[in-house]
Amino acid sequence: MHEHDVVVVGAGGAGLRAAIAAQEEGADVAIVSKLHPVRSHTGAAEGGINAALRDADSWEDHAYDTMKGSDYLGDAPAVEALCKESPEEVIQLEHWGMPFSREEDGRVSQRPFGGLSFPRTTYAGAETGHQMLHTMYEQVVKRGITVYDEWHVMDLVVTDEDDPADRTCHGVVAYDIQRGEVDGFRATGGVILATGGMGQVFDHTTNAVANTGDGVAMAYRAGVPMEDMEFIQFHPTTLPSTGVLISEGVRGEGGILYNEKGERFMFEHGYANNDGELASRDVVSRAELTEVNEGRGIEDEYVHLDMRHLGEERILDRLENILHLAEDFEGADGLTEPMPVKPGQHYAMGGIETNEHGETVIEGLYAAGECACASVHGANRLGGNALPELIVFGKRAGHHAAGKEMGEAEIPTGRTGDWEPAEYEFEVDVGAVGDRGPAAADGGAVAADAEGLLEAEIERARERVEDLLSRKGRNHAEIRSAVQETMTANVNVFREEEGLKQSLEDLREAREAYTEVAVSDPSRTFNTDLIHTMETRNILDIAEALAMGALARREFRGAHWRKERQERDDENWLKHTLVSWNDGEPELWYKPAILEGEAKTYEPKVRSY
Amino acid sequence: MSTQIPKQTEKAEETAETETEAPSKGDERRAEKRRRADERRRQREAEEAEKAAADENTVELRVFRYDPDVEGKQEPRFDTFHVPFEKGMTVLDALMYARDTYDSSLTFRHSCRQAVCGSDAMFVNGGQKLACKTQIGELEEPIRVEPLPHAEVTKDLVVDMEHFYDQMEAVEPYFQTNEYPEGELEEQRQTRENREKIKMSTRCIWCSACMSSCNIAAGDNEYLGPAAINKAYRFAMDEREGEDIKQKRLEIIEQEHGVWRCQTQFSCTEVCPKDIPLTEHIQELKREAVKNNLKFW
Ligand SMILES: Cc1cc2nc3c(=O)[nH]c(=O)nc-3n(C[C@H](O)[C@H](O)[C@H](O)COP(=O)(O)OP(=O)(O)OC[C@H]3O[C@@H](n4cnc5c(N)ncnc54)[C@H](O)[C@@H]3O)c2cc1C
Ligand code: SF4
Ligand code: FES
Repeated sequence: MHEHDVVVVGAGGAGLRAAIAAQEEGADVAIVSKLHPVRSHTGAAEGGINAALRDADSWEDHAYDTMKGSDYLGDAPAVEALCKESPEEVIQLEHWGMPFSREEDGRVSQRPFGGLSFPRTTYAGAETGHQMLHTMYEQVVKRGITVYDEWHVMDLVVTDEDDPADRTCHGVVAYDIQRGEVDGFRATGGVILATGGMGQVFDHTTNAVANTGDGVAMAYRAGVPMEDMEFIQFHPTTLPSTGVLISEGVRGEGGILYNEKGERFMFEHGYANNDGELASRDVVSRAELTEVNEGRGIEDEYVHLDMRHLGEERILDRLENILHLAEDFEGADGLTEPMPVKPGQHYAMGGIETNEHGETVIEGLYAAGECACASVHGANRLGGNALPELIVFGKRAGHHAAGKEMGEAEIPTGRTGDWEPAEYEFEVDVGAVGDRGPAAADGGAVAADAEGLLEAEIERARERVEDLLSRKGRNHAEIRSAVQETMTANVNVFREEEGLKQSLEDLREAREAYTEVAVSDPSRTFNTDLIHTMETRNILDIAEALAMGALARREFRGAHWRKERQERDDENWLKHTLVSWNDGEPELWYKPAILEGEAKTYEPKVRSY
Repeated sequence: MSTQIPKQTEKAEETAETETEAPSKGDERRAEKRRRADERRRQREAEEAEKAAADENTVELRVFRYDPDVEGKQEPRFDTFHVPFEKGMTVLDALMYARDTYDSSLTFRHSCRQAVCGSDAMFVNGGQKLACKTQIGELEEPIRVEPLPHAEVTKDLVVDMEHFYDQMEAVEPYFQTNEYPEGELEEQRQTRENREKIKMSTRCIWCSACMSSCNIAAGDNEYLGPAAINKAYRFAMDEREGEDIKQKRLEIIEQEHGVWRCQTQFSCTEVCPKDIPLTEHIQELKREAVKNNLKFW
């Protein structure tokens, strides 16, 4: 068993920043990650980091834009923390050597981004995430922070009091992918989850294969509610075969979308008569899918994004990286042919419920980054607002876990304050099937002390691995694709009652199938079959909570569109969705969004640009 | 892989047998359901295999297999997989298809699928490539996929990266400076020219293709290798670091197993998936080192 003050799970932007922060506060910190840090998906971010750095700009304006973008489902204390602290964090990155793009006078460059009232998106070429990830990993190397890489964290070690608010997290159990062994990591100060996105819940995503939402599912099973899971951002221009993102830049420069008949559908079919291709992400995504659904898609799947008319010179000058992406990942030559594109899952606004310090309802358990929901993005994330979230909340969680005094948080977690139960009756069974799976908190492990609890959890995890390796049964891949298919068919850009119900039925079947899952590779060395099988369990838990939230929320807010009610309903729905696992019997409830900021209240306005 | 299909069928039958021993109602229903599902799958797979054999539109992959842990895989061998071809398909797509359809023990690292995580460098038709960035349509068949040469094979296409990481970390790969600008929220200034100069060097994704292609690194295990030297270049040329630190950096790369080992064979530059002019960077550091030594003469 390993022991550290603070254990950080995940080594993307959020995990690395959390580890550095905890160490700054004097903690002995270790990072446990299923990928080597530089392989984390933060490296894929292109566009930039929003920060109010200039005199003509202000954090207040950034906060206003963020709230409006969130469709008034952000929580003001978190939004304001993000906007206030992003500038110092960005300058910190610069001081750590991050190679930002530069202005004539040598200062870091900023550019305009959708939904921002000031060009405050700070960037490093078209590879901002890559530079940010590597810069922070360099600091981790410099500081000699221990990294256990290629260790897959299986579960949290949490006590099992009835009320999650009384539970304590003492560490994690993890599987060493290289050597095939289970071991425990005890954390005397705290565990910080920074496991990133969950794009693999859908079959077409800009996210990495490793983005399976492990941290969200682990926290959920241990008793932390998942918050606002139905809010998923879909990006309108991703390559059909891989999901690789083609940036908004192409449309910004004048790229045009065509359907199979060669019609410029954004105008010709009236989706956005003013903005056309430049309408917001959700509008364009829905337009593309409507074209396909109505039989005007190419190969019944995608539409064309054409930039040929811009001319070779301009393309090479401004969009060269797009040419490479289309060629390398789709075999398409953007200079001589239109590029195929379709909407793809891009970002999860929801996640592990935390307050503005990154604390969850369970003592000693924190979350930061895309896996967390503080919430700063509410119903819709603005481009360039995820990267600052990583560094601001990564740092906050790291400091708090290391014992820094940070005052009382304003955002309540768990069922404190004004929460209300959902009235919704699900017609399909949800939650655990038969045995209750591997969660730490749901029964079983009763031990007197942390050490004993860890021992018991390690033993359970070992048994689980042995069981998966020795039993005969189904391959996880078919279950995973069944989940991805139903989610993409029914819980995608378009959502309607019937489809959402269908998805819950399909997910139930997938859950039942999963009780018979088995790993056919018997190897103890680098058994990816085993890892993927464990990930698929996480995908299932998340997909179900997501579909539940989407079914119950009958309104159109941010990224969540409902056929039955195509408008925002502030009277009934200015509130966060929460799903609690409840030892295997998921329960839906709500809590109000916090719109009272430090100096002002953010009054809901129509979200139009 | 054709040989894998009958194997899976066997397993399905086994499963059905063990299940009937547990005679609760739900179990029986599930077993029945599964028997039918298995039947369907068997049929589908048989059809697919037939189709694959008949259909010209499949690609043939010969993939290196080895697992120290599993009997029958301890002797390295090649397995053949037939994968239906689709326009735009990459080597990684084909490997994932083979794994998910024919043999779930087929092992390789991958994550981003977009050439930024650097985890799927492998030896494809005799060259170091990122599998996710290599179009099947551009390769000669059968496509031979092997782990990176000059590295220890952990299993199938996975190699041990520790040595590569050690070399990367040996060059003090982090920004160092003795002075920061005064004042709150003040960044260090950097000219556009200087940022341009280091730009390519900062694009490294640690895939280790260059190291694997390098003859010198193959012969001298302590040679820092192109990627680590490029990392040193990235900092040595960054004007924000200052002269005294550059001095220290040049000392590190001038050591016995440093820049002077490079014999400018350009293999690293040829294989780098991020088009980093590695050989040029190494040469430039050599020149800097010479200039620097003359200064202290
Ligand atoms: C293509 C693309 C472009 C984007 N562009 C922008 C942009 O321009 N601006 C912006 O603000 N945002 C952008 N985003 C969003 C942003 O990049 C992500 O939200 C963010 O990088 C997520 O960082 P993270 O640290 O939370 O997670 P990640 O970087 O994904 O890291 C997750 C870490 O958790 C580890 N992990 C996961 N599960 C386990 C487990 N079970 N055990 C151990 N370790 C585990 C992984 O190994 C990894 O190290 C973009 C996203 C994508 C996909
Ligand atoms: S220099 Fe190029 S080939 Fe070498 S590790 Fe970096 S990206 Fe890979
Ligand atoms: S999968 Fe990430 S570089 Fe190929």
